[in-house]
Amino acid sequence: MFDLVWLIPTLPALGVLLNGLLGRKIEAANKSLVHWIACSAVGLSFFLTCLTFLELLQLPAELRLVEFTWFNWISAGEFQSYWAYQIDPLSMVMCLFVTGVGFLIHIYSIGYMGHAEGRYYRYFTYLNLFMFSMINLVLANNFLLMFLGWEGVGFCSYLLIGFWFGNIDNARAGKKAFITNRIGDFAFLVGLFLLITHLGKHGVWSVNFTEVFSHASALPPGIVTAVCLLFFIGCTAKSAQIPLYIWLPDAMAGPTPVSALIHAATMVTSGIYFVTRSNILYQMSPLALQVIAVVGALTALLAASIALTQNDIKRVLAYSTVSQLGYMFLGLGVGAFSAGIFHVVTHSFFKALLFLCAGSVMHGLANEQDMRFMGGMRKKMPVTYLTMLIGTLAIVGFPGLAGFFSKDEILWKTFASGHVLLWMIGVFTAGLTAFYMFRLIFMTFFNECRASREVQAKIHESPRTMTVPLIVLAALSAIGGYIGVPHALGGSNRIEHFLEPVMGTGPGKLIAGGEHLAQEAAHGAYHPSLAVEYLLMLLSVAIVLIGIGLAYTLYVKERERPVQLAERFSGLYRLMFNKWYVDELYGLIAVRPLHRASLFLWKGIDVLIIDGVVNGLARIFGWSGTWLRTVQTGYVQAYAVSLLLGVAGLMLYTLFVLVP
Amino acid sequence: MSPEFILPAVNFQCILPQILLSLTALLVLLVDVFGLVKKANALALITLAGVVFATLTLFSGTGLQETAFSGMILVDGFSFFLNLTICLILILTILVSMNYQQFFPGINSGEYYSLLIFAAVGMSFMAAAGNLILLFVALELMSVSIYVLVGFHKDNLRSIEAALKYFLMGAFATSFLLLGFAFLYGATGTMDLLTMTEFIRSNPEVLSSGLFLSGVLLTLTGLGFKISMVPFHMWTPDVYEGAPTVITGFMATGVKAAAFAALVRIFMVPLGSLPIDWSMLLWVAAVLTMTVGNIIALVQDSIKRMLAYSGIAHAGYLLIGVVAGGELAQAGILYYLLVYAFMNIGAFGVLALLGKKETEYNTLQEFSGLGLKYPVLGLAMAVFMFSLAGIPPTGGFMGKLYIFSAAIKSGYVWLVVLGALNSVISIYYYLRVIVVMYFQESGAEDVAFPAPSPAITLGLGLAAAGIMILGVFPSYFWVLAQNSVFVPM
Repeated sequence: MFDLVWLIPTLPALGVLLNGLLGRKIEAANKSLVHWIACSAVGLSFFLTCLTFLELLQLPAELRLVEFTWFNWISAGEFQSYWAYQIDPLSMVMCLFVTGVGFLIHIYSIGYMGHAEGRYYRYFTYLNLFMFSMINLVLANNFLLMFLGWEGVGFCSYLLIGFWFGNIDNARAGKKAFITNRIGDFAFLVGLFLLITHLGKHGVWSVNFTEVFSHASALPPGIVTAVCLLFFIGCTAKSAQIPLYIWLPDAMAGPTPVSALIHAATMVTSGIYFVTRSNILYQMSPLALQVIAVVGALTALLAASIALTQNDIKRVLAYSTVSQLGYMFLGLGVGAFSAGIFHVVTHSFFKALLFLCAGSVMHGLANEQDMRFMGGMRKKMPVTYLTMLIGTLAIVGFPGLAGFFSKDEILWKTFASGHVLLWMIGVFTAGLTAFYMFRLIFMTFFNECRASREVQAKIHESPRTMTVPLIVLAALSAIGGYIGVPHALGGSNRIEHFLEPVMGTGPGKLIAGGEHLAQEAAHGAYHPSLAVEYLLMLLSVAIVLIGIGLAYTLYVKERERPVQLAERFSGLYRLMFNKWYVDELYGLIAVRPLHRASLFLWKGIDVLIIDGVVNGLARIFGWSGTWLRTVQTGYVQAYAVSLLLGVAGLMLYTLFVLVP
Repeated sequence: MSPEFILPAVNFQCILPQILLSLTALLVLLVDVFGLVKKANALALITLAGVVFATLTLFSGTGLQETAFSGMILVDGFSFFLNLTICLILILTILVSMNYQQFFPGINSGEYYSLLIFAAVGMSFMAAAGNLILLFVALELMSVSIYVLVGFHKDNLRSIEAALKYFLMGAFATSFLLLGFAFLYGATGTMDLLTMTEFIRSNPEVLSSGLFLSGVLLTLTGLGFKISMVPFHMWTPDVYEGAPTVITGFMATGVKAAAFAALVRIFMVPLGSLPIDWSMLLWVAAVLTMTVGNIIALVQDSIKRMLAYSGIAHAGYLLIGVVAGGELAQAGILYYLLVYAFMNIGAFGVLALLGKKETEYNTLQEFSGLGLKYPVLGLAMAVFMFSLAGIPPTGGFMGKLYIFSAAIKSGYVWLVVLGALNSVISIYYYLRVIVVMYFQESGAEDVAFPAPSPAITLGLGLAAAGIMILGVFPSYFWVLAQNSVFVPM
């Protein structure tokens, strides 16, 4: 099976080729063939991933690192890079949910995008291209191939955000996402170059993960910190953290399945995947980890506070994604890498579910996105309601559901590693999460319907292709957490043990160099007792319940109160509603000065000086051509004289100047 | 007892391709005179068959490194590569001519094809000559054949004028060449290139003698005339424009290849060790040749005349290789000549496609809108233009790259900078053809466009494919060129 791993990314690539090159004809001939090609490509990838995963499980823990080299990709002097894949616990966990959730969303898209006449094939081509890039990102065994996937998913995200580019706002949102990501990618590339050149000084001209990490201890600490921080800037763009998160809410301009797949479940988690993959480097730099933890916690809080006031259903979910990603980074920052990945997995289930449910609601309500014009959908869309309720309970961390285990794991590890302040932020944010998520549920599904009469008449439950993925994802959101039940609750935290070989800390350690660092880290932390763990768990559950209760009071019972509150705290409300004016701030300090400088470079330097010189030169050449052609008289005598003069010149110059 | 007369060793094997070519020429002539075949393309097909056969026999001589006919003929990789190039030029020209004779039935005659072959035999002997006498005879064989071919449109005044001009100027320049050879003989006492190299090596003081230097410069004049080096280029535009289009392509590539072969044989090897900085002269000549060619090409309205000036510019690029010296530069020149054959005959071939009875069409205006009307023709022309401009991934780019990098290795950075600048200038007029073809509405009067015959489809396809192969997979031919450089035994 390991020899067939190249098929996992190649199948979606074949889908891209088929639908991309022939899609227009296929769609004209038989529309269902388009989605059959796309879905079966991803479905087969998922199937192959499962087989590979099962085979990996057969191996003893210390042997779970299989590399498959497809071909030599780039070779320049001593530098070598291969197109090669790596099968290990981390890449398999990522690949499983990427292909699995991806497959479900492909199926959902059949129903959701059914009305996209003429662009149907294009949509599925982009979606398959995204799968190809994402699989490369998680399966690559070296930085370079991973970066190819990294750029690829960014590109697909751009294409899909602006999928309905007929509306200029969508096109602008795509551009914003792309440019913001380019800023991060630039930092990422600088970090990569720094890493390559410094390893090269030690004779390691490779970007292979295993090789880089095993030689990482040779790097000076300052360089490691710089590399880690530069990489992290790349991650803040891709995974929507402060300061580069601003593109994700706007990215909701894309079709809803795209928001679910790319901007909630998979692509935006690649930053967490990358930091986890490079945990050996990050463990060498306490400063970088500290920065990650703080940025993660602050992002979680900031995004949750904005989500409290938004009325657009997809925007609420988008800010919730940013906030949850913040949690994950918080986990990474305190050294709980596997807890971060655990949350990535459970989050991918329930956040994909929530987006798809939101899409289902919008589908039934003639694409209405404003929650103020929803309400009462509980009766009319029962499946959507129930599944979304499960998803919401999962995300707020209701005991027993997926989010409970993974979020609590992060909060517990934060507390246990001594970051009490960050822990407090995390718990407070959990309360906010409960509030805004249930605000969404109550506004959408409870009370009376506030949509216009024509729209109300057409409300319907979504087709089967859409509800079946919802049910599957709801089931996963309910039980997905049981792969990581902590010891305190009688579980064995299987995912953590499974991921141990990748972390450079466990017994089945495959990568040298991380061990003593991990020991040091373990030494420094203090170990609170089991009783404390239970207490904290109860506390966070209590806060979640308070949040839910508050939302119930404000949005079902006393519905006049929110307006009063908003008036009373109008300053704070306006800050939150306007997203803390971050976009405006960036506009003031970065975009507009840059724009002005560009204008000057364009009008002042480029048009006046550079174009002037170029055009002037061109005109000079033109004139000299016109002048020179008059020498060409057409008289043989003149030609002969020219020849004669040439010879004479040559002879005189040589005989009298060169040979005196 | 009188001294025994010893017959020199005769090795016909070494000149088998040339013999076969000459026999084909005679055969075509006879077939035409006695009217043996009546079909339209018969003469061309017979010629083609003979040339292809001769080309195949070339390969039996690969890897040889010897002299024949008492040193008259050098059989080595250098002559192999150039003979291959010349045969390809000949094949492409014949294929293009088969289409051209639809408009100009006069072309379809035994004399035409036999003259074409005789010119090629001359070129081929120039590439293989180890002796100045043979070099001169071969050059004359080539030149005289081409004088006639240039004037082959017997009823067209421009054609006649071009032939007369070329003949007069050619005779004038050849006299310089002959005088130069005589001086060289006077200074070194030999006409044999290898012996001359040997003599120079053992008597370096001869290099600074006035007699020798005069010989060098006069020889340079004679050969510079053939490659249209500035200031001996004046004839080029008139002759190229007046000659039948197919002949223009033939002489632009073939004569250039042969004359550069002679330049390499004489200048790059025996004179490579000239103590005075004479490369300065060639440096200036190269820059002037590139610049004058490119700048005047900018303002031409006729594509044919534009290509004539572009031919001057390309001679300039090739001269950079001669200035650079060394085996790398030699290989670069060989490679460039091969690419140039494909792209230039291709470009003139497209020109030859358009026509009406006894009329050629070759102004920019007449090409407007053609790219959209005839996509394949447009694509082929685009490939030729991009290659001539030296834009990757075409062969023209690789050729320039090899020559320029050899020059940089020899330290002529500024020369390369000027060469690159000239390439930039040239992009303007090459791309203008493409712009006109694709982005301008076609003119009111309809240009006659005959259904392209299989022959020209094959010819242009071959040329375009050659360009792309040389551009994308250069290594095979580049290695071949590197193994084909002239190193005196």
